[in-house]
Amino acid sequence: MADARMMVRRQAGARLWLSAFWLGLVALAALFAPLIAPHDPLAQDLFLGRMPPFWVAGAEPGYWLGTDSLGRDVLSRLIYGARIALTVALVAGAATCVLGAGLGLMAGYMRGWVDTVISRFIDIWMAFPPVLFSILLIAVMGPGLISIIIAIVIIDWTRFARVIRAEAMGQGAMDYVASARVAGRGRISTMLTEILPNVLPTIVVLLTLEMGIAVIIEAILSFVNLSIPTDDATWGGMISEGRVSIHQAWWVLVFPLIALFLTVLAFSQLGEGLKDRYDPVLR
Amino acid sequence: MSEDLYRAEGLRLSLPDLNRKPLWGPAPRNEILKGLDFSIRRGEILGIVGGSGSGKSTLGRCLVRLLQPTGGRVLFDGQDITHLDDAALRPLRRRFQMIFQDPMSSLNPRHRVGQLIAAPLHLHGVQDVRARVAEALDLVGFPQEMASRYPHEMSGGQRQRVGIARAIALRPDFILADEIVSGLDVSSQAQVLNLLERLVKDLGLTLAFISHDLSVIRRLCSRIMVLYQGEIVEESETAALFAAPRAAYTRELLDAIPLPDPQQVWA
Repeated sequence: MADARMMVRRQAGARLWLSAFWLGLVALAALFAPLIAPHDPLAQDLFLGRMPPFWVAGAEPGYWLGTDSLGRDVLSRLIYGARIALTVALVAGAATCVLGAGLGLMAGYMRGWVDTVISRFIDIWMAFPPVLFSILLIAVMGPGLISIIIAIVIIDWTRFARVIRAEAMGQGAMDYVASARVAGRGRISTMLTEILPNVLPTIVVLLTLEMGIAVIIEAILSFVNLSIPTDDATWGGMISEGRVSIHQAWWVLVFPLIALFLTVLAFSQLGEGLKDRYDPVLR
Repeated sequence: MSEDLYRAEGLRLSLPDLNRKPLWGPAPRNEILKGLDFSIRRGEILGIVGGSGSGKSTLGRCLVRLLQPTGGRVLFDGQDITHLDDAALRPLRRRFQMIFQDPMSSLNPRHRVGQLIAAPLHLHGVQDVRARVAEALDLVGFPQEMASRYPHEMSGGQRQRVGIARAIALRPDFILADEIVSGLDVSSQAQVLNLLERLVKDLGLTLAFISHDLSVIRRLCSRIMVLYQGEIVEESETAALFAAPRAAYTRELLDAIPLPDPQQVWA
């Protein structure tokens, strides 16, 4: 029977598949970058500077998306940039999630002084302006992939902690928690087996959102040249370089922007799609 | 073995009233239970009635030690459980179980019925959990396929039967039923009450049945305790209470029962 609910389902499916498709593509590009990339992302050739993409007149064959002002292949740099973007997204996203959700869960479920300490900590933490804070952190730790990941985790765990705390508080007031206690389940075990599964959909959505945010933060830091030592290709670095030559070579700016935009969009839509599909209460 | 399964002596509970907390110093305390003395006999069905705010649910939660009383004592089968900690309570927990008011919120929406019933059994290291789950489903009149359902796929009455199945699966001595039919329509109410009555008889349970509805209590319970603002205003056998209510509050409650025939006299 074709009622309205089927339509909703199909949309959710399309959202999930499209975003998974794009992220899969990015992941493949990142994994097999040396095999796929037509050129060395760092190889410069000043005779081939600012070549346009293939469909524009004057394009150089073999340089599909053109070259930047130093004659480096944009497509290859894009592909290598995906490695850093994905590493940051996965590692920083997951670490932020574990730290933030763990603290939020404890604060929301245990209440009392645990909650007071964690909540005050979150309040203080959120008073720091995030971008300045991250620049300060990187300046102290020195640029590099590890520093970026640490900076993202340190800044963004509050996002998880606050949301998950509120969610855990709501779930903790439900009778099924009381009923687990009556059955003799311990506090930690109740938190992990009763509350965690119920906040998991929220965690997944936040996690995918956070992965998108991590990609953006990495791009911001590359943009201000605080990310990776400059010889590695990053999307943020490409955007910042492309900005300078936007009137002569728009493609240097536009392609990494599109890649960044689609990846962040795909991460957030993946979360929504997963929630629609695997939440038994919504199913 | 004494005749009383539960005994409460001067049971008190107060909670801090944070709305009236002064800037410095402790918040004033709200007295919810004001020194209750009663006992629950083995094998009886005790009805606990009272309006909202009378403390009946709080009393129930003290009995199964979801709340810790602030004064007095609670004895379960002769053992003082008033201030036992979680670890010490655990072995006792399988002997007193609880069925909750709202079956939607008392059943974890992420778990299937089979898991819901099996979880307490696993916790207490019961052998042969599968068979016990099957038996519990059987006892509440469910086909075995129900085990793979999620709570939201069931009706209110069915969910409440899952709650019952979960409580009896452990074969407890005592079950606390807290307003378990107030969220159900009349025919589901009757079904659940019949089921509960039969199970109490067959399994030799002791039951405390909390309700605000005297007509439900009258149908099920052998003895009734009336609570008003944290105090016991009346306690007697069901027939005696309906024939000659002593407390003014009890009379009020009795007058509040809607009658199919207003001229009818309670016999």
